[in-house]
Amino acid sequence: MIELTDVSYSYGGRELLSGLNLELKPGSFHFLTGPSGAGKTTFLKLCYADLLASSGRITMFGQDAREMQRDDIARLRRRIGVVHQDCQFLDHLSVAENVALPLTVSGRDVQAETSNLVDLLSWVGMTDQTESRPPELSGGERQRVALARAVIMDPEVIIADEPTGNIDWEMSLRLLTLLVELNKMGKSVVIATHDLNLIRAAKAQVAARVLRISNRQIQLAGADL
Amino acid sequence: MSILTDIWAVLRGDSEADRTVPPTGFTARLTVFSAGAMAFLAVFALALSLATGRLADRWASELARSATVRISAPAGQVEAQVKAAVRVLETTPGVAVVRVLDEAEQRALLEPWFGPDLPLDSLPIPQMIEVIEESSGYDSEGLRLRLQAEAPGAVLDDHTRWRKPLVRAAGRLRTLGLVSILLIAGATAAMITLAANAALAANAQVIRVLRLVGAGDVYIARAFVRRFTIRAALGAGAGTLLAMLAVLLLPRASEAGGFLTGLGFQGWHWLWPLCIPVLAGFVAFWATRLAAFRSLKELM
Repeated sequence: MIELTDVSYSYGGRELLSGLNLELKPGSFHFLTGPSGAGKTTFLKLCYADLLASSGRITMFGQDAREMQRDDIARLRRRIGVVHQDCQFLDHLSVAENVALPLTVSGRDVQAETSNLVDLLSWVGMTDQTESRPPELSGGERQRVALARAVIMDPEVIIADEPTGNIDWEMSLRLLTLLVELNKMGKSVVIATHDLNLIRAAKAQVAARVLRISNRQIQLAGADL
Repeated sequence: MSILTDIWAVLRGDSEADRTVPPTGFTARLTVFSAGAMAFLAVFALALSLATGRLADRWASELARSATVRISAPAGQVEAQVKAAVRVLETTPGVAVVRVLDEAEQRALLEPWFGPDLPLDSLPIPQMIEVIEESSGYDSEGLRLRLQAEAPGAVLDDHTRWRKPLVRAAGRLRTLGLVSILLIAGATAAMITLAANAALAANAQVIRVLRLVGAGDVYIARAFVRRFTIRAALGAGAGTLLAMLAVLLLPRASEAGGFLTGLGFQGWHWLWPLCIPVLAGFVAFWATRLAAFRSLKELM
């Protein structure tokens, strides 16, 4: 699905990531860990073509990222659902409108997808707050809404960047359960986190690979996790 | 094809897509006001251009067909020379009408400069003969030579000397009016580009989110293009209506008022200003489209 071959990324003359090799297979579950500033977010951005590699090759669903036109990247984003730590909502739209945004921008009839939208909001436990605005939500609610938005287009890959960074442990476990459910439905999941307890909790439910970014390189983490 | 799709999308509208970009009060007011003010100026430039065009055409056609023969001779010879000149003129091919101006007409010609109580009898005023030519025209050089032989005090003035610079000046005024309209369109495009850039910069986070969820450049640009096109067209519509009203209230054209009172629209020319809001919408469409795509490329 997504394959990185000898990928490096530099910014401002400084190499941030170097010699990355990784293949995200359908139905896989990956955690990405490492200290703050190690390059976790940069790595994820390379995976959904928000950044282009300085060298090496990234293929996404069989297409070389370098050869993608701007419209190809827009279409790619509909196959990869992204959940950010800061959620990235449009604050002037309601929860329901934010969740339906990927449908709106891809030209699909939102009215025709209402039942799908309702089911999704029910799945993340946000049925009672569909008309609320994002600033009115708690951290955990925002993350669940972001997850609903990330999956509404039925993407093959879910990428979550520090999704539990701003929420309590109980809410973190609830979000993890949703992500594990998605993985069991056959979706690939990549979660960047520095929360080792979350990784341990996930490993009890799913066969997850843990990758660590250290010294600009990516490696399989030890069995201590 | 993509342009036609975009134009159709702007005309059709999409309430869902319109809501994705929050309304920005400042750029909205700036665009509406600029478009309105520019349309107001454009209507006057158009009125000036059309009025000078009419003037140039009238001067060219009226003056081109008329000429004057002036007889300046000692008091005892004037009548004989007038008769001789009329005889020459009536036998000249291409001359349609020959008419000796009477005393009242000559007085009317001089009145604007010397007042109504002019003692015409006591002044050595030359006798004027009006000549109207046929559409084929006459040989002015040949006529001058014949007049010189038959009536030495006769001078033929076919108005060429002063007609040409007047017609040229009116033509240039018309061009100036059209250039003004082009400059106004350019200035409108520049102002709308600045306003669109400001709106795009203010909505950088919105654009980022839209990109994240899979919006293409065309979708994002369209949300801004539609908004600015409609604002510019509405602003220009209001400005045009106000300017048309102002032109309507200008004094009517009259002989006494000359050129200034003829500065307005006549007949079907009143339809011309109605093109201005459409033109403003078209300019806004292109200016915003170019600005949006440029900004989106810079944003990566």
